[in-house]
Amino acid sequence: MSAIVQAQTEVVQDPKHFELSPANRRWILWFILFGFAALAFGVFQGFVQGLNYAGISLFSFLPGMKTYYEGLTAHGVLNAFIFTFAEANGWLSLTTARALGRNLNSRLLALSFVLLVLGTVFAGIPIFLGKASVLYTFYPPLRAHWAFYFGIALAVVSTWIISAAQLWALAEWRKEHKGERIPLMAYVSIMTYIMWDISSLGAASEDLFLLLPWSLNLLPGSDPLLSRVLFWYTGHQIVYYWLLPAYVSWYIFIPRMVGGKLFSDSLARIAFIMFVVLVPVGFHHQYTDPGIGNYFKIAVLILTFGIAFPSLLTAFSIMYALEIGGRANGGKGILGWFLKLPWSNPAVSAQVLAMIAFLPGGITGIMNASYNMNLLVHNTTFVPGHFHLTLGSAVTLSYFGIAYWLIPYLTGRKLALERVAKWQPWVYFLGILIFARGEISGGILGMPRRTALAVINYEPLPGWKLAGALTGIGGTIMFIGCVLFFLVIFFTLIQGKKMESTGDLPFTETYLGAAPSGWQLILDKLSYWVLLSFILIALVYGPFLLTHLPPKLNSPPFQGF
Amino acid sequence: MEKLEKIYVWLSVGILLAFILALIYASVILAVRVPTDVGQIVPNPGEALASATMRTPPFDQPGVQEVAPGKYKVVVLGQAWMFNPPSIELPVGADVTFYGTSLDIDHGFFIPNTDVNMMLLPGQVSILRHRFDKAGVYRIICHEYCGTLHHLMTGTITVK
Repeated sequence: MSAIVQAQTEVVQDPKHFELSPANRRWILWFILFGFAALAFGVFQGFVQGLNYAGISLFSFLPGMKTYYEGLTAHGVLNAFIFTFAEANGWLSLTTARALGRNLNSRLLALSFVLLVLGTVFAGIPIFLGKASVLYTFYPPLRAHWAFYFGIALAVVSTWIISAAQLWALAEWRKEHKGERIPLMAYVSIMTYIMWDISSLGAASEDLFLLLPWSLNLLPGSDPLLSRVLFWYTGHQIVYYWLLPAYVSWYIFIPRMVGGKLFSDSLARIAFIMFVVLVPVGFHHQYTDPGIGNYFKIAVLILTFGIAFPSLLTAFSIMYALEIGGRANGGKGILGWFLKLPWSNPAVSAQVLAMIAFLPGGITGIMNASYNMNLLVHNTTFVPGHFHLTLGSAVTLSYFGIAYWLIPYLTGRKLALERVAKWQPWVYFLGILIFARGEISGGILGMPRRTALAVINYEPLPGWKLAGALTGIGGTIMFIGCVLFFLVIFFTLIQGKKMESTGDLPFTETYLGAAPSGWQLILDKLSYWVLLSFILIALVYGPFLLTHLPPKLNSPPFQGF
Repeated sequence: MEKLEKIYVWLSVGILLAFILALIYASVILAVRVPTDVGQIVPNPGEALASATMRTPPFDQPGVQEVAPGKYKVVVLGQAWMFNPPSIELPVGADVTFYGTSLDIDHGFFIPNTDVNMMLLPGQVSILRHRFDKAGVYRIICHEYCGTLHHLMTGTITVK
């Protein structure tokens, strides 16, 4: 190892005299709390849906959830959009501000927050009135109330504003730091948003130019295939917008929190570059769709396996950092270091459990993306089994872990109910293991997803009942895990002990730091990577759009929900 | 790069390449295919898409047709909330090509425990081939959300 210790450069150059401004602190805290509030509503819906798989239908008894599909729409929109947008907006604003040593523009943060809240209200009201039970994929010709599409658009614009605030801060920073490398923590935060800016263009244009005018009767009809193509252009990359904020925590914070260090600065940057460049993979959600040629399906098969690579790099970097930390704490042997990680710190245990859940999450993802193998599992519960391991665990558990130190940092209050916080990640983790076992096995046996299985009119196929029961039991335990988390946060906010000083963010150092010269400089040329991304998008999506456009707006609306 | 890092990177690349080759083998040699682009249903000016679909072959005749000894063409229309035809009978060993589309919204056509899994989209034509070697009753499930009674949209294939 000694050969490696060439330079012990800090990831973040010391920003002299930096203090998070009260306005920045306020809006970031509001984002984090608003996201968790959305999560709280969403997981309650999720709990009831889990019971549906176990054959228990509670929908008619609950206000604002008249059908399974209404609840499922709320669950998807609140958890997959609002929760993740709010957390990413708050969390990556903070990391960018701290890394660059300058506060982001408070007015932009405020504007973004207001738009996200308005978006939630506009989309939420029609959902709870039963006028937008179109699920979070909102495929036309299913047509929701116009307020739903308007709300979704506002929520997306709120994320673009955060990106603008980040890029503005970066431009200002560059003026004062000519010729310096972008601090890694800022780099990964800003690249996440650049990736999302490029990726969100598909669904955003579908929503703004096709669906919103159509819902106002300004267009004659919808184009079901084109809408699906635009949606999934964004719909796959959105998973990286969910995941990369967790990667930021895993790369930049976890190494320090376990007593280790990040191995390589450039390897981390390369992983994020690959996420920015390999945007056009969305067709792999459409292997079973007609009207899309094999050229596109094979191309995205290869690109999707390409985008699995940066996650494999991440696994290497993070495990390396964990091992350094575990050995520094006295861990011995091939795996002994793993037991010596600071498991008693819930901020760490939640995130290490998140990483463990991400292993089967990633593997099942590769199975979904596997072209003709997708025929066995497409639109079965295998798919939600997969993404509750990724979004529902790798991401959500990571945000739980982050919150355990971030909320004290932002509020100046110590974490309350510490013993509950120590148990909470384990409860949630146990729940997801049982839940995912149920959904994944059910999917392989043909159990369809997004289906009110408690009220079907045919005999469930062999194996579905066990799979459904496990899904219901696991989902209930996950819900209990969430409730414990919300209790900890609630009591921290109202009666956590005041701290004298909140200290600094616990970010890591690197063994191999950012070189001030040489080949690595190209990593910081953000515009090159954006250009490369657009070229690849043109190669994959260009031929489809050229042959398909103009939109065939010949499908009349359908509102049978 | 350090040695360990290099081994890891090449191992990762190798595994991913092996997966891709295996899938292409399954597609080309074993002929496990996914639906592709076979052209759209185009309405005449002023004509509704659903009417155009019902007059466009093969969708003017939903049901089972034996096109050659042992070879069958099964034409399926999806509409909220049923399949037309709702039940299909086939002999053991039938080599079937399914043709499917939708008259209203996105539907799914899925037969659990087989590789028959395709979307039925308005104006688009889905084609998949499957050989039914085992006798029994197979369930057809709509596995794309299509409104309030989506969960009741099913059918059967009886192979005997």
